[in-house]
Amino acid sequence: MIRLTDIWRTYDVGGRPLHALREVTEEVGDGEHVAIMGPSGSGKSTLLNLIGCLDRPSRGTYELAGRNVGELSEAELAEVRRHQIGFVFQSFHLVQRLDARANVELPMAFAGVERRERRRRADAALAAVDMADRAEHRPDMLSGGERQRVAIARAVVMEPRVLLADEPTGNLDSRSGGQVLARLDELNRGGITLVVVTHDPAVAGRADRVITLVDGRIVNRMRGEELGAANPWIDAAESAAEGEAEDAAAERPVSGGTEAAP
Amino acid sequence: MSFADLLAYAGGALTGHRLRTALSMLGVAIGVASVVLLTALGVGARNYVTDQFASLGTDLLIVAPGHTETTGGVPGLGGTPRDLTLDDGRAVLRSVRGVLQASPVVMGSEAVSFGDRSRDVAVVGTSSEYAEIRDLHVAAGQFLPPGDWDRGAPVAVLGHDLAQALFVARDPVGQVIRIGEFRMKVIGVLAKLGVNLGVNFDEVVMVPAATNMRMFDRTSLFRLLLKTTPGADLDAVQRDVKAVLVERHAGEQDFTLITQDALASSFSAIFNALTAAIAGIAAISLSVAGIGIMNVMLVSVSERTSEIGLLKAVGAESRQILAAFLLEAVLLSLAGGLVGLAVGWAGLEAVSALYPEFPVRPPGWAVAAALGVSLVVGALFGVLPARRATRLDPVAALHG
Repeated sequence: MIRLTDIWRTYDVGGRPLHALREVTEEVGDGEHVAIMGPSGSGKSTLLNLIGCLDRPSRGTYELAGRNVGELSEAELAEVRRHQIGFVFQSFHLVQRLDARANVELPMAFAGVERRERRRRADAALAAVDMADRAEHRPDMLSGGERQRVAIARAVVMEPRVLLADEPTGNLDSRSGGQVLARLDELNRGGITLVVVTHDPAVAGRADRVITLVDGRIVNRMRGEELGAANPWIDAAESAAEGEAEDAAAERPVSGGTEAAP
Repeated sequence: MSFADLLAYAGGALTGHRLRTALSMLGVAIGVASVVLLTALGVGARNYVTDQFASLGTDLLIVAPGHTETTGGVPGLGGTPRDLTLDDGRAVLRSVRGVLQASPVVMGSEAVSFGDRSRDVAVVGTSSEYAEIRDLHVAAGQFLPPGDWDRGAPVAVLGHDLAQALFVARDPVGQVIRIGEFRMKVIGVLAKLGVNLGVNFDEVVMVPAATNMRMFDRTSLFRLLLKTTPGADLDAVQRDVKAVLVERHAGEQDFTLITQDALASSFSAIFNALTAAIAGIAAISLSVAGIGIMNVMLVSVSERTSEIGLLKAVGAESRQILAAFLLEAVLLSLAGGLVGLAVGWAGLEAVSALYPEFPVRPPGWAVAAALGVSLVVGALFGVLPARRATRLDPVAALHG
């Protein structure tokens, strides 16, 4: 489904190159559930944005469902995002002036789906996240967990092949977070490819595979069930640090949690 | 994305910020309202004046003493214009074919009194032909008696309002009034006429030309009005009148011939220029309003950065985002334009209620232009903010 080959993402910061991702090579199979972990500024959000076609690699090739994304035009990228990819964000990104249903309808409106069909699909998507009775509520009348469930409904309403979640439970209490994760698991079991960025081992542990990034480099790959309660990147970082100490000191990305991209 | 969806999206963004939307609409509304109002007043003023000239009739030729194009020459020679006299008038009437009637006009200003009531009014000295040439009617009695212009009979015809002011409820005809130190017998009262070419005919007293000249010690006429025979060649008549008068004035053209056509068209040109200038000034306020819209839209774009990022994430194309923001700006200015049109219209209704005789109709081109310009303003000043929206980096927009 997703094939990354020797991906570099380099930003120019004050005339100096800053490598957010370095020689990332990875493959995610169709229907797989993969978690990306790593400390703040490790490049995990950059990687997710790249997979989501919001960003392009500086070097390397990215194939999504067999198409080389690097060769697509701006409009074609938009089309890929519209039909193949769903996004779930830590801060939900619901449009405040629109009610839950209108938020879910938004991607369909831009895709040109006819009004009645749009409404039907939005209601179905809301029902699937137990939000049918909240369809007419605006985001400010919803709890965090409810907002994230609306956001999930919006992310999957176009029936994408890939669902990308950036710290989906980051702003939620454990109970709401649990509901959100349960829904994501359910979607994954239904066949959607799920990539989750998180720093929470409990979230990452649900994945089939866990990839750990440190300083833009994949330093560790393991199976989800292998992940204990320990922070995997601490060991990994220590083992990686030996070879790259000078590199990392000079080019450590600006810290900023998941907002690593400048 | 269908246009209806785009419209709903852009409209929703505007109604989400009611105060801001209303304020920036106000700017456009004021601009459009002032274009409509000011051009309507300008065009109304022009129509009013040209109507007044039209009421003179196209068969009228006016001779005025003095020549506007008189140039230097030898000082002391031919510098002073000769008087335009009653004899000149008679000569023109006698010898120019195509002149049907002539009427001298002499003007003065004097206190008119009856008993203890007195009023300062314009004293118009003229002849019986004046009533026909200017289409005046009497409400009571008769107009000035026909006959020899030199016979300065001590008779007067009063304007409608003047008669009322002096005599209140009594019948003025047959009474004797004083004009300055002269005693005059009132022989008639004019029907109500109103203001025409700056002269309020309801507030004048009319006397025979010779009487007026004697009262004010004048030797020259103020004007000589000539009415041409129907179907006469006006240019030929003008040429002949000029020839007769030049000969009588020792070969010098020390008078001016005016046709109402020439007067009307020169006034019309002045008012057109005035209207255009006014409209230009109003248009400036429209472009100021446009900058207001641009400002609001720029704020809107920067406020909705994360929304734009989201739109990109859910696969909205750049041209859709551009269209949405452009439409928002156009809706804003168009709504302002419509409000302005309504305000302008209401203002015109108020003006025409206050001054019913003043014709205020906004010219169609001004209404169309005001709306068109407000549309263009929205589109033009909306482009920059909309382009800025589409150029946002989605990653930065989502996380910023």
